[in-house]
Amino acid sequence: MAKILLEMKNITKTFPGVKALDNVNLQVEEGEIHALVGENGAGKSTLMNVLSGIYPYGTYEGDIIYNGETCKFNTIKDSESKGIVIIHQELALVPEMSIGENMYLGNERGRKSKIDWHTTYVEADKYLRMVGLNESSKVLVKEIGTGKQQLVEIAKALAKNAKLLILDEPTSSLNEEDSRALLDLMLGFKKQGMTMIIITHKLNEVSYVADKITVVRDGSTIETIDNANHDIDEDRIIKGMVGREITNRFPKRTDVKIGDINMEVSGWTVHHPLYPERKVVDDVSLYVRKGEVVGIYGLMGAGRTELAMSIFGQSYGTLTAGTLKLNGQEVKLKKSPTDAIKHKIAYVTEDRKGNGLILSQSIKVNTSLANLDSISKNLVIDKDREYQVAEEYREKLKTKTPSVEQLVGNLSGGNQQKVLLAKWMFAEPEVLILDEPTRGIDVGAKYEIYCIINDLAKEGKSVIMISSELPEVLAMSDRIYIMNASKIVGEMKAEEATQESIMAAILKSGRGD
Amino acid sequence: MKKNFSQVLKDNTMIIVLVLVYLFFTWQTGGSMFSPLNFNALITQNAYVFILACGMLMCMLTGGNIDLSCGSFVCFLGAIGGYLMVVKNLSTGISIVLMLVVGIIYGVVLGYLVAYMNIPPWIATLAGYLAFRGIGTDILSSNSSTGSISVKNMESFLNIFSGKLLSTKLNNLNIPCMAVGVIAAVIVILANLIGRANKVRKGYEADSAASVLLKSVIEAAVILLVMYKLAMGGGIPTVLVWVVVVVLFYSFITEKTTIGRHFYVVGGNREAARLSGVNTRRIMFLAYLNMAIITVITTWTVLARFQAANSTAGTNYEMDAISACVVGGVSAYGGSGRIFGMVVGATLIGVINLGMSLMNIDANFQKVVKGVVLLGAVAFDILSKRRAK
Repeated sequence: MAKILLEMKNITKTFPGVKALDNVNLQVEEGEIHALVGENGAGKSTLMNVLSGIYPYGTYEGDIIYNGETCKFNTIKDSESKGIVIIHQELALVPEMSIGENMYLGNERGRKSKIDWHTTYVEADKYLRMVGLNESSKVLVKEIGTGKQQLVEIAKALAKNAKLLILDEPTSSLNEEDSRALLDLMLGFKKQGMTMIIITHKLNEVSYVADKITVVRDGSTIETIDNANHDIDEDRIIKGMVGREITNRFPKRTDVKIGDINMEVSGWTVHHPLYPERKVVDDVSLYVRKGEVVGIYGLMGAGRTELAMSIFGQSYGTLTAGTLKLNGQEVKLKKSPTDAIKHKIAYVTEDRKGNGLILSQSIKVNTSLANLDSISKNLVIDKDREYQVAEEYREKLKTKTPSVEQLVGNLSGGNQQKVLLAKWMFAEPEVLILDEPTRGIDVGAKYEIYCIINDLAKEGKSVIMISSELPEVLAMSDRIYIMNASKIVGEMKAEEATQESIMAAILKSGRGD
Repeated sequence: MKKNFSQVLKDNTMIIVLVLVYLFFTWQTGGSMFSPLNFNALITQNAYVFILACGMLMCMLTGGNIDLSCGSFVCFLGAIGGYLMVVKNLSTGISIVLMLVVGIIYGVVLGYLVAYMNIPPWIATLAGYLAFRGIGTDILSSNSSTGSISVKNMESFLNIFSGKLLSTKLNNLNIPCMAVGVIAAVIVILANLIGRANKVRKGYEADSAASVLLKSVIEAAVILLVMYKLAMGGGIPTVLVWVVVVVLFYSFITEKTTIGRHFYVVGGNREAARLSGVNTRRIMFLAYLNMAIITVITTWTVLARFQAANSTAGTNYEMDAISACVVGGVSAYGGSGRIFGMVVGATLIGVINLGMSLMNIDANFQKVVKGVVLLGAVAFDILSKRRAK
């Protein structure tokens, strides 16, 4: 048995009113990749914050034994000096600064107050090569994509002499290709003797990369599963995460009645708002019937969100060609989301915190926002009616909250997603475009979102579901469009589609950029 | 959600602080702070803050945006008013309308710059802050040797915006004034009770009868106390009517209407508001158009109170309005804040000002105290929110 590098013993962390961690134990061997899995709010991030000194010694109970000695970290600097480096889910890079400047931020090269720029850039370049990033360290961070930014974060960690690297959801904003490259990079580091802890929701990644898997649930460690052969079954992990056997991750649609074509776009071409010569959506045609769930599968950057937002009252880019038919009638929407809502189209954003919800307002205010006029008379809001509406949707969607007066910012990701859906359901649309409706939410909440989608289709609504999770697209859709490099490159009936046929359609079309 | 006692205390911290500070000054000044005369002074001296801060609050709601130009605009517009009435001899009615037109033109231009040209509000209004003081002073000095235009003889103008309604002699109980107070108190009590009865009838969650009753009694008592003081002080200051109308109008807009709701959501998350069908540019435009109109109303009352247009008129008014909002719990980042909170904040600052003046505290030291109060209020707000998390 290899040497135990890190042991966290009986860690208990209490926040006012909540026990976030309850007697957690974690053992990490030297040179392994250890995955930490669990639903949102299970306590994974809290545990890592305890380890890295964000929650200083004394604010929790229990011991951290690292490299044979008991550690009492008071700040993040303390843990970093021992070689424990954490890379957070939200990238912490300054966009306006160069890669090199970012890598040595707070850890500048040079003597006293004078920064030695030559050393900074030479060393930064060295680490960039180690993570396989072919960029000069003098390039500004804002000029490289998210995938490369993630690599910069790792290079930054290496520059701090990391011995134990903690990656919190490193692939959550990466496309499949970049994710795979990152995971392979991790495997490379392992060969060189680095120890890593990875937190992720993507179970296929866990099974691919991790040697051991520790499952956290409700603030306690449930079990540690051995995965030395990298062949663990995803359902086996899920069982530990939710505490019961999930026989079906996707609810069955019953009583499928597919009607007439509800919305049809043809020849849809959209140009980038800042670089008008770039086509972000190129001659796209698609339709959706009443009561139908249509999946649009594509990697990030394929133009899916841009397509959806441009249909939604041209809220993105410049439309240069294309027609939109609703119920067989051609309509020309004004360049405003208001007009799209009036024509019964809803766009449920992929970025619920960024442009979906008003986090500083209550569930009630968020629920009524897109259809405030329906509960108002002469511009005066009927507040009692508003409360009632919010309550209705809270019950219907099983949103977990003490009250609809609760601020949305205080809810978990899954419940926020439900509030976002409630807002658009209350707007009474005929066509709903759901952009990554289950991103970043846990297995239980995903199942509930799928049920809502099925209910919407049952009511005769047309649902377009954009997703980069293949199993989800395959299981939920009646028909699937495949999008790549701004174009639709394939259309399949769900029963004919397989993971292989979809990936083949993408590969055949070639990567555009 | 039933509210417990400590929650009620927490929600009303600022009011409690206001009462304590008022009592403190009453004690320190040997009761003079509470005299009808000073009560009257408190209202007339601070009327401009209440009115101006209503407009400032609407701007701040949209995302912590402010208007730095309003103080200078008061000076500029006052000069125009004086010029029209005194130099050009125009009637009061026409002068008032022309002033309003000038304000609306400025509001439209400013709103366009901020909403449609995306010029940061503090820069767009910084330009006005500098320019209007200059133009105003120039108008005054080229039309008057003293650099000030007196409107002392414009009786009809003064009567609309200053003086007293239902006027009687000092320290005699003014019966009509008291009657107005009783009517107002009854209206408030009835509104509370009917509101609750409606909720119960429709089967919605309502506060307990006892708490509604207690709230009504306190509100009625405050109204009666204020009106009693005014009745002893010789009548209702005309400007108070303007203040009450403006404040009630904006509480209605912010709390009950869709347009008011749109101000909050634009400040809460502009992009989410836009994608939910809110015309965010129009809201920004309205915020600054509205601010200009509010500034016009402020100018009328200020011109009438000082009975002259001066080049120093309106100095630091923008800062007073911002302070009132911030002390009253309006978020400096936008998206939250209530008119009622702002009124409490403005009153608190007014009480501290008047109290310190009555105690003959050095003017420079008064500024220090005001700065500390402002910082303290914001720090308290941030700390209490942090603890709530």
